[in-house]
Amino acid sequence: MKAAKPLPRWADLVLLPLLNLALALGVAGLVVMGIGQDPVQVIGVLVKGAFGSERGLSYTLYYATTFVFTGLAVAVAFHGGLFNIGGEGQAILGGLGAGLAALWLSPHLGPWLMLPIMVLSAAAAGMAWSFIPAYLQAYRGSHVVITTIMFNFLAASLLVYLLVNWLKVPGSMAVESAEFAESAKLPRMHELLQHLGVEWASSPLNASVFLAVAAAVGVYLFLWHSRAGYRMRTVGASEGAAAYAGIRPQRQVLLSMALSGGLAGLVGMNEVAGVSGRLMLDFVAGAGFTGIAVALMGRNHPVGVVLSSLLFGALFQGGAEVAFEVPGFTRDMVVALQGFIVLFSGAMSYVMAPWLSRALAALPAVRTKEVAHG
Amino acid sequence: MTKQPPLPGGPDPAYAVEMTGISKSFGAVRANSEVDFRVRAGRIHGLVGENGAGKSTLMSILYGFYSADAGQIRLHGEPVNIRRAQDAIDHGVGMVHQHFMLVGNLTALDNVMLGAEGHALLSRAAAQARQRLDALMQSTGLQVPLDRVVDDLNVGDCQRLEILKTLFRGARVLILDEPTAVLTPQETVQLFEVLRRLRDQGTTILIITHKLKEVMALCDDVTVMRGGRVVLDTAVAATSVEGLAQAMVGRSVQMGRHGDAAPAAPGEPLLSAKGLSVTDAWGVQRLRGVSLTLRSGEIVGVAGVSGNGQSELLDVLSGLARPAAGTLELGGQQYQAPRWLDPTTARTLGLAHVPEDRYARAMVMPFAAWESAVLGYEALPDYSRAGWMRHNAMRTATAEMMERFDVRPRQVDLRCGQFSGGNQQKLVLARELGQNPRVLLIGQPTRGVDIGAIEFIHDQVRALRDAGCAVLLVSSELDEILALSDRVIVMNQGVITGELAIGECDVTRIGMLMAGSAQGAPA
Repeated sequence: MKAAKPLPRWADLVLLPLLNLALALGVAGLVVMGIGQDPVQVIGVLVKGAFGSERGLSYTLYYATTFVFTGLAVAVAFHGGLFNIGGEGQAILGGLGAGLAALWLSPHLGPWLMLPIMVLSAAAAGMAWSFIPAYLQAYRGSHVVITTIMFNFLAASLLVYLLVNWLKVPGSMAVESAEFAESAKLPRMHELLQHLGVEWASSPLNASVFLAVAAAVGVYLFLWHSRAGYRMRTVGASEGAAAYAGIRPQRQVLLSMALSGGLAGLVGMNEVAGVSGRLMLDFVAGAGFTGIAVALMGRNHPVGVVLSSLLFGALFQGGAEVAFEVPGFTRDMVVALQGFIVLFSGAMSYVMAPWLSRALAALPAVRTKEVAHG
Repeated sequence: MTKQPPLPGGPDPAYAVEMTGISKSFGAVRANSEVDFRVRAGRIHGLVGENGAGKSTLMSILYGFYSADAGQIRLHGEPVNIRRAQDAIDHGVGMVHQHFMLVGNLTALDNVMLGAEGHALLSRAAAQARQRLDALMQSTGLQVPLDRVVDDLNVGDCQRLEILKTLFRGARVLILDEPTAVLTPQETVQLFEVLRRLRDQGTTILIITHKLKEVMALCDDVTVMRGGRVVLDTAVAATSVEGLAQAMVGRSVQMGRHGDAAPAAPGEPLLSAKGLSVTDAWGVQRLRGVSLTLRSGEIVGVAGVSGNGQSELLDVLSGLARPAAGTLELGGQQYQAPRWLDPTTARTLGLAHVPEDRYARAMVMPFAAWESAVLGYEALPDYSRAGWMRHNAMRTATAEMMERFDVRPRQVDLRCGQFSGGNQQKLVLARELGQNPRVLLIGQPTRGVDIGAIEFIHDQVRALRDAGCAVLLVSSELDEILALSDRVIVMNQGVITGELAIGECDVTRIGMLMAGSAQGAPA
């Protein structure tokens, strides 16, 4: 029955996530110790692998780019009062949208026309895939959590079906489409830097990282500076208040899910247009689900999403380094480490809040700053 | 301000409840500070105070919801340690909450037995319980149909059932939180009779209320709290409504109607509705053919026990809900169900709406004050242009609203949920009244609002009427309706059972109409 006071903003946004991260690392460290490894060494290799070299840093940013898209997708839906679990499927559709457009048009168009068309068709395909669950939620009351999960399976099956039956190169054993023409490939970062005269290690990091930054800024402006964003947040925070203000919740459900799906669809630009240059199986690789943890940890704010994307990017890249360099530390241990961070920062993100609140209340200096209200 | 003498050291069974030196803080807020509170056995004791005065906290400590930071509790002279509600129940303390704690699809008998079955075999337990309850109902006069499902009971029955439930569990001290909020005047009188009888049989009764007239009518003793402290503790015979109000607020307060207020001068009709009918999602008819006209320069009060169609009336007139049948004329536009106006159109036609449910509707609680301050008006060029919100303009406008309506604290960035109820309501009023509406619909304008702020809000509504606005006032506080209205309509079960000019109003007559009897109607 004890009503815990809400945390001050700075503690909620900065202190709590850091505390959760530290806790996750602490528990992960205990596990590492349990299997007879040195946690300090593991962390050292991880950090160095993620940030210690041009190549490592580039990989970290490449992973982070995908997580920014899926993280923003979850965050936007959250502000509209919805939990979009369908980022995975929407990202697959985004890749399909970009890929099909590329297969069809890239022999005929130059990059300046081709790439924008791919961006639009990736976003449109993601939107279309999220629109069906959104419509069912808004007008038929089918819960969006259930339907978006279902749509992930449908999307994966659709990708396999199209690749195997229609897109596979005849005579090839590999389940992948023909390679796109050069006009449909996003330039890699080391290529761009070379134009500027900077030598940079080769990596999958590509121009879609700029698209991710633009998406984060766009989401911020939309949510907190546009009238449409104001209305969407109103619906998300209080449907009663929205109805009172004359805002129709159904339309806002469609809008927030469409935006969410569109953002997830942009993953296709990074993975398909930026890296593989063709359609292949499993290019999303769980990033849609990682996006949920990214958004939770980033408190559904674009800045937070970018920061937590960097963290998860570093974990993926640094984790791969650890699995490679530390003998006896397998790939599965890296997954376990990521699991701890998802657990403490995502699912249990407010477990520490009551204790933190009490600890802060015990600090007299903080107390005087608080506004007293009855 | 009388302060109690220090408590004697030994047990004194003359007091059913003795709370000494009780302090309780929530973070920086001291909800109770060194409160001494004593209730004499076999008396009816009123505990009054504004919202946030600390009376709910004090009672929550007594009932084991909170534990005090400091202080001591004695019941019938014995020091007790109450850590949870079950401890309180074991010590013979029973509480009837404002919102009933009943299971709707169980019978009255099952509800009483729930958690106190007393025997592993339910049939045996039910027989025993029924026997005891029959005796209890006989001796106390609390009659409830035991085999009826609670959902089919009326409010008065539910309340009697709640009281029976506590007595069944052996309560010798009965706490009632705002017991008359949901009752008609007649039901209130009945309740008071029962409570007096219980007192005469030796039960100690503690009533938390803000209706001072009821304290005067019912209680033997009264304690007034303000700012977490006891400021007055006296026998009721030694005080008056004005004295209590002054102690609550800390200054003198004008109660009721302004004697010198100019009479209403109703002008042209601004809103007229005919034959409004509303059926809810469960097929229950909430409004049945309601017709009414609002004229410029008058306040029309809607009296009635909560849940008799007043909320649906507000929803339909403001465009929040579409009626099944009926017509509406507003601002030169005509609507006939099912084609109906929406809230945005209603606003452009000069209709402002202060909704009954501040928490769920009038504001977005997690938003900053300056964001909620434009809710519903976000498309006005003052607040947004070309699809972009004008943050600076919104902040400036909010600061002006806060200044004009004395919203405290004056922080435009504070989240809405962190203002007190009264200040939230002032902010909502500032937003709606600031648009200079032609028609104002206002529901429960002072629910959860401090006495000091009530006066201010009433003045604002009157000023709007004097400026030619048509006002429809829905309130569950009969006193408020009588204090503000020029004309009163009474609703029962979705029908207007009567309409009275303010001069014809008396509580008995309105009470009859509220109960659905036509005897109160003018001949």
